[in-house]
Amino acid sequence: MTSDGSKIVVCPQGPLIVRGEFTIEDGHGQEVPTNRTTVALCRCGSSAIKPFCDGTHKLKNFEKRS
Amino acid sequence: MKLPPQRGPVSAELIDLLRTFAPENDQTACDDRLVVPLESEDILFSDDLQLSLFVLYELHYRGFDEVDERWEWNPQLLALRARIEEQFERKLREIAMDVSYVPGDAQAVAQQLFTLANDDGGPSVSNFIAREATLEQAQEFLIHKSIYQLKEADPHSWAIPRLNGRGKSALMEIQFDEYGAGRPGAMHSELFALTMRGLELDAEFGAYIDRLPAITLASVNMMSLFGLHRRLRGCIAGHLAIYEMTSSIPNARYARGFRRLGFDTPVTDYFDEHVEADAVHEQIAGRDLAGGLIEYDPTIATEVFFGAQAACAVDALVGEHQLTAWRSGKSSLRTATERMPA
Repeated sequence: MTSDGSKIVVCPQGPLIVRGEFTIEDGHGQEVPTNRTTVALCRCGSSAIKPFCDGTHKLKNFEKRS
Repeated sequence: MKLPPQRGPVSAELIDLLRTFAPENDQTACDDRLVVPLESEDILFSDDLQLSLFVLYELHYRGFDEVDERWEWNPQLLALRARIEEQFERKLREIAMDVSYVPGDAQAVAQQLFTLANDDGGPSVSNFIAREATLEQAQEFLIHKSIYQLKEADPHSWAIPRLNGRGKSALMEIQFDEYGAGRPGAMHSELFALTMRGLELDAEFGAYIDRLPAITLASVNMMSLFGLHRRLRGCIAGHLAIYEMTSSIPNARYARGFRRLGFDTPVTDYFDEHVEADAVHEQIAGRDLAGGLIEYDPTIATEVFFGAQAACAVDALVGEHQLTAWRSGKSSLRTATERMPA
């Protein structure tokens, strides 16, 4: 079986979309469980379910030019 | 599901036909004339026509108990469906307002859809559920949602063979997740059934059909209309995109509301799951599904945005119906009097 590794999309004003083969670990080396093969990781810092995105960036001015 | 009780002349004739005759015996029933007198009525609020359309569409999904499955492709029923759809689509185009799409790449499409979702001034059912809904109102909320959520993702699956390239891959990625990523019991529709049962509701699809007002049926009929017509494939993509984009934040509020009412897992699982899932889906749906579709065929852009705007407009009417009833201390479901046979 071949693998393409993983790919990360930086969504403007939004999260990082991570797709492919990856594991996520916290600062203590503990794996952060997820059932998804594609995840959205918080970039704005406001998510209530970090490291995952919960859409809160839409309520903030994250990366928006005023 | 069982055939629902009729709500007027068209649905009465239709339901009677489905119940009584075998398709090979009857090719003349469901006279077109039945649909004409209702032209002046607002079809979005027509109990008779929305129920008829729901029944006609449901023949393509799971059918009805003891109804001959051959009705699905009966020419007379398809003709009746087309007549109702014509009125329905015209009305949807009217309420969706003009599309103001500025041509651009997939990211530009996503951005414009996010703006549309953000500007959606529809009434906030999610704030109401989060802060003040009673247990009965929370149950009603689930009953309204159940007519779609117990078959969640199915109307959008009709689009799969009609797309290609980046848009199709995106749709598949979203749908795979909606259907539980291959894990039995994890389909979003199954999570919703757990939520319903947790509130002592019947989670059988269609169990509450007779209690649902026309506008709730219209919101699910709109998805079937967009999904079942190849011509409207852009609309179903736009519909899915805007649904995903207006989902994660409201679902966090729903979860909060159900916790406020004393519920926790597994009742809240459905909402918690959607906060995380739809934060992923909204990115894929906006950029790769809608954006990819428009990049491949720029002529479809207006239809994508129409689908999105129609979804916002109809759901605003559903929300308005619910909140108006609840704020005046009434049920948002059809009352016993309304459900009396005509």
